[in-house]
Amino acid sequence: MSTTAVTQAAAVSLAGVSKVYGRGGSAVRALDQLSLTVAPGEFTCLIGASGCGKSTLLSLVAGLDTPTSGDIAVRGRVALMFQEPGLFPWLTAGANVELALRARKVPRAERKARAAELLDAVRLRGFAAKRPHELSGGMRQRVALARALAQDADVLLMDEPFGALDAMTRDLLHDELDRVRERVGRGLTVLFVTHNVREAVRLGDRVVLLSSRPGRVIEEYPVPAGRPRRIDSAAVAELASVITDRLRAEVSRHGS
Amino acid sequence: MAADTTLAGLDALELAPAPGGMSASERARRAWAVAWPKLAAVALVWLTWELIHLTGWKKYVLPGPGVTVSNLWEQAKTGLLWHATGDTVLRALTGYAAALVIGTVVGLLVARVPPLRAAVGSLITGLQTLPSAAWIPFAIILFGLTYAAIVFIIVMAAAPSIANAVISGVDYIPPLLLKSGKVIGLRGPSLTWHLIMPAALPTFVAGLKQAWSFTWHALLTAELLVLVAGEPSIGQLFSADQDQTDMPATIAIMMVILVLGIAVDAAFGAANAAIRKRWGLT
Repeated sequence: MSTTAVTQAAAVSLAGVSKVYGRGGSAVRALDQLSLTVAPGEFTCLIGASGCGKSTLLSLVAGLDTPTSGDIAVRGRVALMFQEPGLFPWLTAGANVELALRARKVPRAERKARAAELLDAVRLRGFAAKRPHELSGGMRQRVALARALAQDADVLLMDEPFGALDAMTRDLLHDELDRVRERVGRGLTVLFVTHNVREAVRLGDRVVLLSSRPGRVIEEYPVPAGRPRRIDSAAVAELASVITDRLRAEVSRHGS
Repeated sequence: MAADTTLAGLDALELAPAPGGMSASERARRAWAVAWPKLAAVALVWLTWELIHLTGWKKYVLPGPGVTVSNLWEQAKTGLLWHATGDTVLRALTGYAAALVIGTVVGLLVARVPPLRAAVGSLITGLQTLPSAAWIPFAIILFGLTYAAIVFIIVMAAAPSIANAVISGVDYIPPLLLKSGKVIGLRGPSLTWHLIMPAALPTFVAGLKQAWSFTWHALLTAELLVLVAGEPSIGQLFSADQDQTDMPATIAIMMVILVLGIAVDAAFGAANAAIRKRWGLT
């Protein structure tokens, strides 16, 4: 059974996954027969226009929703980050991270030190006592990243996590994400959804282009550029323009 | 330029500078800004009352403010008013505490268990609209003229509004927070304790204030009719003053109730402000 062997080796594998919302005439097919395999430690970016079911896909992988048909296999624990940090406003930054540790039964004595370590990993040492509203958008998103890391996940799902940030903060957080993955050191698998093609090429080992309504994989682009990468480098720009053209062609299909 | 120092610089730029401490004179100015409108309002009421008194309207039964306030002073010097107020406040607190526990538990269950909501959700609102006087015959037959009867009437008046506060508090939790809680692995009781309850708190506190006014309304209604032997209360003082047509004493006690109400309102206001500050809603 060679397929089983492939599934075993993959960090995330989706086989013929479809998701239909609603029934009868008003039913919307968000994903259609989507198949995708992500290797352990791989950074995969999913890109597509509106209606390609990117967020649906992550919800399914995270287990927040079930597919209408098809199989999803995930090896290890999953953490999910959204465009909004979703921090709990009644807790400090440190306590937000500690709650995630508590949820996976880390003993009380270890929690504080572990939370401080994680905040340090996202360069927020000394901000543990601040409440979310006292932090900037970029800092909140880093607390959310620390909270996601606190779940000790093998697979990190990111749903446009930097979409609401200004360009400068976003560029710096791309560097941070690279650095944090290195620091975690055990090949954190990332599935990263974005509508920003350059961001996808800057971050990913591979960029997967999805079609819209319904969503399915139409093209995959391995990213040849080495790391560290800059979003304004020629190699990134070159591949990004190829993908953008393909994406535009897909979008115009819906206008005619 | 190293990336980490750039990030630290950006963090420093994006954070608002820490507000400096307030000087004593600044604090005094703020206190005065809050206090003078209230003092002016009291003065205005006093003046209007005095003017009505001077016109001689119902002059045999309606006392002026001077007579009333000195009556209050005389009552305050005897122990009875304090004893009665203490008893009444104790009843209010007991009833309110019982309503708080019952209302919170019922509210959480109804909010989190869909069939239960379908079954009793509208019943709670129905109970809330039932005047507390309607429970008095029931309570007297069940408990007699006792402390328990009064507490029961308060619970029936206040618990539905506390339950409703919990339900709407839970309903208005932002979906993103619920999703975040599920994603980090909170389930069952720990989801309720660490997420649902703190997230519902702001709406809940607003409901607590409303429940307190239900408590107070129900209590005074009950006290006028459920006269417990050997326990003086504000209701009993009212009854006695009514029997003796003692208008200055009646108004004096109304003033006591008003002052208690304002004090409790201030306490809820402070709790609300503390939560808003914690959440960054100010």
